[in-house]
Amino acid sequence: MSLKLEEKAISSKQQFEPLIVAFCCNWCSYAGADLAGTSRLNYPANIKIIKVPCSCRVSPNFVLRAFQRGADGVIIAGCHPGDCHYSTGNYFTRRRFTLFANLLEYVGIEREKFKIEWISAAEGNKFATVMNEMLDSINKLGPSRKLRDGRWIRQQ
Amino acid sequence: MIRVKITPNNKQSQLQYIREISGVNINKCIQCTKCSAGCPASARMDILPHEIIRLLQLGQVEKIFHSKSIWNCASCFVCTERCPRNIDIARLIEAIRLTIIRQPGKSKFKPDDVPGIIDDKMPQQVLVSGFRKYNR
Amino acid sequence: MPRIGAFVCWCGTNIAGTVDIEQVVQAVSEMSGIVYVKDYQYMCSEVGQNLVKTAIKEWQLERVIIASCSPRMHENTFRKAAKAAGLNPYLVEVANIREHCSWVHKNKEEATKKAIALIRAAVAKASLNTELIAKEIDVENRALVIGGGIAGIQTALDIAEAGYQVDVIEKSPSIGGKMAQIDKTFPTLDCSACILTPKMVDVASHPNINLYTYSEIESVNGFVGNFEVTIKQKARSVNLEKCTGCGICTEKCPSRKSKSEFDEGLRTRGAIYTPFPQAVPNVPVIDREHCLKFNTGKCGICEKLCPAGAIEFGQEDVLVTKKYGAVVVATGFDIIDLDKFGEYQYQNHPDVLTSLEFERLTNAAGPTAGKFIRPSNNKRPEKVVFIQCVGSRDVSSRGKSYCSKICCMYTAKQAMLIKDKYPDIEVYVFYIDVRTPGKNFDEFQRRAVEEYGVNYIKGMVGKIFPAGDKLIVHGVDSFTGDTLKIEADMVVLAAAAQAKPDAEVLGRKLAISTDTNNFFTEAHPKLRPVETHSAGIYLAGACQGPKDIPETVAQAGAAAAKVIGLLSKRKLVSNPCVSVVNEDLCNGCLSCLKICPYDAIAAKELATNNHGITSKRIVAKVNEALCQGCGGCTVACRPGAIDLKGFTNKQITAEVDALCH
Repeated sequence: MSLKLEEKAISSKQQFEPLIVAFCCNWCSYAGADLAGTSRLNYPANIKIIKVPCSCRVSPNFVLRAFQRGADGVIIAGCHPGDCHYSTGNYFTRRRFTLFANLLEYVGIEREKFKIEWISAAEGNKFATVMNEMLDSINKLGPSRKLRDGRWIRQQ
Repeated sequence: MIRVKITPNNKQSQLQYIREISGVNINKCIQCTKCSAGCPASARMDILPHEIIRLLQLGQVEKIFHSKSIWNCASCFVCTERCPRNIDIARLIEAIRLTIIRQPGKSKFKPDDVPGIIDDKMPQQVLVSGFRKYNR
Repeated sequence: MPRIGAFVCWCGTNIAGTVDIEQVVQAVSEMSGIVYVKDYQYMCSEVGQNLVKTAIKEWQLERVIIASCSPRMHENTFRKAAKAAGLNPYLVEVANIREHCSWVHKNKEEATKKAIALIRAAVAKASLNTELIAKEIDVENRALVIGGGIAGIQTALDIAEAGYQVDVIEKSPSIGGKMAQIDKTFPTLDCSACILTPKMVDVASHPNINLYTYSEIESVNGFVGNFEVTIKQKARSVNLEKCTGCGICTEKCPSRKSKSEFDEGLRTRGAIYTPFPQAVPNVPVIDREHCLKFNTGKCGICEKLCPAGAIEFGQEDVLVTKKYGAVVVATGFDIIDLDKFGEYQYQNHPDVLTSLEFERLTNAAGPTAGKFIRPSNNKRPEKVVFIQCVGSRDVSSRGKSYCSKICCMYTAKQAMLIKDKYPDIEVYVFYIDVRTPGKNFDEFQRRAVEEYGVNYIKGMVGKIFPAGDKLIVHGVDSFTGDTLKIEADMVVLAAAAQAKPDAEVLGRKLAISTDTNNFFTEAHPKLRPVETHSAGIYLAGACQGPKDIPETVAQAGAAAAKVIGLLSKRKLVSNPCVSVVNEDLCNGCLSCLKICPYDAIAAKELATNNHGITSKRIVAKVNEALCQGCGGCTVACRPGAIDLKGFTNKQITAEVDALCH
C-alpha cells in the first residue's frame, strides 16, 4: 500500500498538475465564467470554481483550508470595485485580502499563488485570460507545500 | 480576365514574412478606405493603400511587389493615425519594402547608381543611410 | 448522512461530447451518501424533470444533485421540480458541468475528471444543506421610470394604463428626448413631432402618471418591491402650478447669449426659456448661469411681466423620497464629441454639421423655419456630402468599436428628404457598409439610390479642406480605386451613438452594471433583454445599446410588461439565504453592524438567567427582510457567531475539501 502511494507521489512529481480553487462571486465572476463557457473560451481544467454570493463571503479560513488540503493556488474573483451587487462587499474583500496576501507571503506562499481579480459578468475573455495566466505562473513555481497537511497526497 | 488563385502557394512564405515583421493583422481591415482617402502621396500610387491590404488578404503579393505605390509611400503615418481599426498601415508598407530588398540580389540602391544622383546639396548621411537600408 | 440522488445531464452533446457520462455516473455512484444516480439527455425537459420528481418519491431522496448547466440557467427549474415532489427546494444543488467544464475544456479525460470533482463538491455541500423557507415581502404598488424620452414615455403609459401609479423623472425641463428633436422618422417619413407630442400630452394628463421634470436621481436604496428613491427636483425658479405658459417671460428676457440645447446650438435662447413650443410641461425654466438677476442682481423683468406671478427667484432644490416597487431605466443615448476628428473640420466650419444638427436645420419648427440653408451664409447648398461611420466601428481611441445601428437609415432618410424638396441638389453619401436590416428598411435605402439618385460611394473621406466658401471633400471610391474631390457646400457627419456620460454614475446608484461602452447590461443577451442583474430594475431604449424608434418602443412595452407582472404580485418571496446569529457565540462586539450595507443588523439586548441571577448582554440581530445575503458579516465576525444560510462556513469548507480531494 505504502509502495503504491510512493509511486503515485513520484509520478506526480514528473507531471505536475496544479490544483487551483477559484472563489467566484455569484453576480459577476461566476457569470463571467459562464460567459467564458458560452463563448467556448478555453482555460485549464485545473481551475475549479466555488460559488459564493459575494466575494466578501470568502473568509481567509477558506483560503487557508484550500492550501492545507492541497491547492496550489487560490483565486478570489469578484465584481469590479464600485460595481458590487451588494454595494460595498468587494471593498471589504479588497481590504481584507490585501492584508491577508501579505501574511501569506510572510509564511512562504508566493504572491502568484494567491490572487484577487475583478471580473465582471461581461468579461468572459478576462476570466479565461486570468485563469490561463494563473496556471502559467503556478506551473513555473511548482507545487505548493507550505501550509499543506502532511498526510495529503496528490491524486492524479 | 485572368482568374487568380487566392494566396498562390509559392507566395505563402513571403506573405508570412510580411505578417511577421510588421506584426499587423491584415484581417482587421474592413475596407473603409480612410487610409487611401487621407494619403498625401496617393496621386503617385498605382495601387492605393486599402487595395494593398486587400491584395495581401487575397495573397496577391506579386502584384504589390511590382507596384510603384510602396516606394512612393512617404511613411507620414496619416493612414496609421486615422485607421479606425488600429491597423499600422505605414508599418505594413515598410514591411513589404523590407521583404523585397531582403531578397538576394534585390538591392534597391546600388553603388553604380550613386554618380548619377549625387550633387553638391545631397548630404553624405543620405547616402550612408540609403545604403544601410536599401543595399544588402 | 442524508439520502442523496444525483442526476447527470447530457445536454445533448453539449456535455456528453466532452464529458464521459458513463464514467461520471460510475464515480458518482461511489460517493458517500449517494443512493441513486441517473443520467438523461435533457434533464431540464419535462421528461427529465419528471425523472427527478419520481426518483425523489420512490427513493425517498433527501438531497438532490443536478449536474447540468449553470445554476444561473436552470437552478430555479429544478428547485420547482423538487418542490412539486415535496422536497424543500433549497435541498437541491446544481453542479455546473457545462459552462464551467464541458464548454471550456477540450480534453475528454480532463473534463470528465473535473466534472466528477465538481459533482463531488456539490454532494459535499448538499449533504450539509438545510431546509430553508422563503419569507414573503410586500411590493410597493408604484413604478419609477428614469428618463422621459420615447422609451420612458411608452413605458410609463403602458404601466399607467394597467392601473399602476408611475413617476417619470426627466433631467431636462421637458419630456420628449431625442425623438422630439428629430424632423422625420424612417422608413415611413412621418413627422416625428406629430406622432410624439400626443403621447407627451397623454403622459402629462394621465391620472396615474406623475412627472418630475428638471429632476435627477439623488440616491437609491432598498431592493425589488421596496426601492426607496430620493429625487432631486432642481430649482426651476418658476412655479409649476401658477405658470400658464403664456411665454411673455421668454420673449422679453434680455439675456440672449445662451445656445439652445434643443436646437443643438443652432439658435440662441433667453435665460428664461421653454426648450421648445410643444414642451411638456409647458413651463419655462431659468438658466441661473446666464440669468442677469442671478448674476448681477439687477433685471427681474420676467418677474415684473409675469401675469400669474409664477416667477420665484428664491426657489431651492427640493429632495423628495418615495417608495417604488420597480424601476425602469430609460436614459437614452448621446452622440459622441467630434473633437478628435479634426480632419472633418467640425469644430472649425459652420457648414459641417452633425446629423442631429441637420435634423434641426430641416425641421419646420427649427431655427431656419424649415428653410434648407447653409449656416455660414444663409444660402441654399448645391452639393451636400454625408459621411457615415464617424466614430462608429472604430476600435482606435477616437471612436466606438460597435456599429451605431441607426446611422445608415437616418442618413438615407436625410439624403432622401433633401432630394425630395430640392431635386437639383447633389447628394453624396460616403459609407463603409450599408446595414439596413429591418422591416422595409432596405427598400427604403434602395429608394434613396434608385428613385432619388443619391450618390452612394463606398469609401471614406480622408480630409475636408475649406476653400473659399466651399468645403473640398477628399475621398476614395473603393470599387474603382479612384480618388475623389467634391466641392461641397455642406457636410453632414453621422456621429456614433454613445451611452450617456453619466450612465456609469447612475448605474452605481442603482447597483446595475454597465458594459465596456457604458451601456447598461441586460441580464441575458437573448432571453432576458429588458431585465438587469438587479431584480426589479428594467431597461428600455438606447441606454442598453443603440436602437431605432420601433425597437425602443418595443423594448419599452416589454419593460412595462415586466413591471406590471411584478407589481401585480401583492407579495414577493424573499431570498431565504440570509445571515443568522448564534446568540450563544455572539460577544456583542457588533463589527457586523458596521459592515452591513443594508442596515439589516441591529443590537439586541438579551436577558440570560444563570442560576437565578438575571444578567443582560448585547447580541447582534439580523432583520431577515432587509438582509440580502452577501455574507460580509460572517467574515467580519470574530467569534464566528454569524453564518450565512445556504452558504455556511461548513458548506464552503466541505466544498473546498471535496475539490481538493
